[in-house]
Amino acid sequence: MAENKKKLLQGNEACVEGALYAGCRFYAGYPITPSTEIAEGMSVRLPRVGGKFIQMEDEIASIAAAIGASIAGLKSLTATSGPGFSLKQECLGYACLAEIPLVVVNVMRGGPSTGYPTGPSQADIMQAKWGTHGDHPVIAVTPSYVQEILSETVRAFNLAEKYRTPVIVLYDEIIGHMREPVTIPAPGELDVVDREKATCDADDYFPYDERYEIAPLAPFGAGYRFHVTGLNHRKDGFPTNDPRQIDLNNRRIMRKIDNHREEIWKNEETFLEDAEVAVFTLGSTARSARFAVNKAREAGIKAGLLRPLTIWPFPDRAVTELSKRVKAIIVPEMNLGQMTLEVERCSKKADVIGIHRVDGEPITPAQILDVIKKHK
Amino acid sequence: MSTAAPEKKEKVVQPFDYNKYLRPNKLPHIWCPGCGHGIVLKALLRAIDKAGLQKDNIVMVSGIGCSSRTPGYVDFNTMHTLHGRALPFATGIKFARPDLKVIVITGDGDALAIGGNHFIHACRRNIDMTVLVYTNATYGMTGGQYSPTSPVGSTATTSRYGNIEPPFDTCEMAKASGATFVARGTAYHAIELEKTIYDSLTHRGMAVVDIIDACPTYFGRMNKFKSATQMMEVIEKENTVNIKQADKLPPEKLQGKMLRGILHKVEKPEYCQQYEEHVIKKATSKE
Repeated sequence: MAENKKKLLQGNEACVEGALYAGCRFYAGYPITPSTEIAEGMSVRLPRVGGKFIQMEDEIASIAAAIGASIAGLKSLTATSGPGFSLKQECLGYACLAEIPLVVVNVMRGGPSTGYPTGPSQADIMQAKWGTHGDHPVIAVTPSYVQEILSETVRAFNLAEKYRTPVIVLYDEIIGHMREPVTIPAPGELDVVDREKATCDADDYFPYDERYEIAPLAPFGAGYRFHVTGLNHRKDGFPTNDPRQIDLNNRRIMRKIDNHREEIWKNEETFLEDAEVAVFTLGSTARSARFAVNKAREAGIKAGLLRPLTIWPFPDRAVTELSKRVKAIIVPEMNLGQMTLEVERCSKKADVIGIHRVDGEPITPAQILDVIKKHK
Repeated sequence: MSTAAPEKKEKVVQPFDYNKYLRPNKLPHIWCPGCGHGIVLKALLRAIDKAGLQKDNIVMVSGIGCSSRTPGYVDFNTMHTLHGRALPFATGIKFARPDLKVIVITGDGDALAIGGNHFIHACRRNIDMTVLVYTNATYGMTGGQYSPTSPVGSTATTSRYGNIEPPFDTCEMAKASGATFVARGTAYHAIELEKTIYDSLTHRGMAVVDIIDACPTYFGRMNKFKSATQMMEVIEKENTVNIKQADKLPPEKLQGKMLRGILHKVEKPEYCQQYEEHVIKKATSKE
């Protein structure tokens, strides 16, 4: 077997590697700190494999072009940060309702507004869930390491193609700009899911066929002439005012994710078997938390870590089960309590203690260790 | 016994089969009586037929508004997108599949107000697509507000005291932004419009056709027009001059009139072709 290539990569560069590994062949973007390196990387790498890169006139146009390319059959990516992610929300809702696969990377920086462009945050966790209007399905993956940005970007493409929905890769500026050794996986080493092809006769093809949980999506120009709209629609894609049809479709797009939460959830558990106090966190904060938990163990404290790599759909079950076993769940996050709210919702018995920081500095292991010691 | 008259060879004109390109089960359309959108659609379908385009290879993309409902009625690959965003969606489709023929249907509010930034940049890139801007100086779907092409002094539900904003000239803006084919037509001049749309479809590059197409329901009623036909006669017939006749007319006769026909046509490198020939070629060369 060929030896895998090892490279020293920045998080955003690892995202480029992951996208290309997953078969991404279209990127549309707009410059924004701290995600610009993804656009720069894609502009160099995509043409080498015959892929398309375009710098659009704004963030809205970028995601719109990526959706257009996806309906034309290419795996598509766009990347941004805080304010740009806000601008993309309308199109994100379109992709949810029209069920068009897409990956959107949001490298989180300090907010609100222009905020702190070069500083990290984890304050877009709720924007990722509720940013676009209306009830809609959301999948968001949350890597903590540069290597993981690569593998989670691949997983994001797989989930997008499998569930015909936009998937968000959510990580903070710290790991976006951090450099770590990364092993580029050999072809075949990671699963790559391609879009299910439509094989039926054109007359029998319905882009939102209720006979399927997720109907195959035929690309434009393949002989299946169908209609796509952001209006509530029927199985044939045409708009409807029929309350029954609207209800059916709105519930189906949620159900297609809800029914597969087990497959979409991904958690890493460290020292949780006998833990009495647990930390729940993601992204770069999970790195501080792991350090703090190790230190606590050295001091004889039974601490553990639950790290979600899928934050949406929220890992309800894992948190609920954990809350029955530990005295306290500590939730460090670089925002003022977005995940803490969710953990409180799911926690049955344990106390939930947030650690919040919005000064553009990372949450340190010492900060977390102090709270662990208070709640052991 | 009557003497047989010599057989007169009459040219039999077959009625155009619009149903070939329509989705008849999606009709009737939503457009009001007196609206010219149906006339424009028919001109477009005849032009498509004349150009010999294949239905499987046509992608029609629209934004939001009355005209943007067109894709629902035609038997192509059709995408009804978001308000103002038809052009970036279309750009993604065309760039991903340069072999497909992309036609964008948009209104003046959709293209020039909420989508104004996308409009100038799509023109600047000179990406190969035909963009039909239905200009009725009104937001019809929301009930008659003033638009970026409403004349100064006109009345709308949001300009009850008279519009004070000067209008855009869609064609001048398209030309200044870099579109390589710019034309204007009207629903009144339906035959001429068919020819103009045909020319836009056969042009390689960004082709913009501004189509003056009055809204009797809102603009007409609020601005004291007597009927839809009278409105067409005033706004579309009397207020416009074909560019070929314009040279022969004295300047006073052209005062305040809009020019019809092909106003600008140049050959310039097309975006997708440039990408293939420059970007992909350089990126994949061994040097």
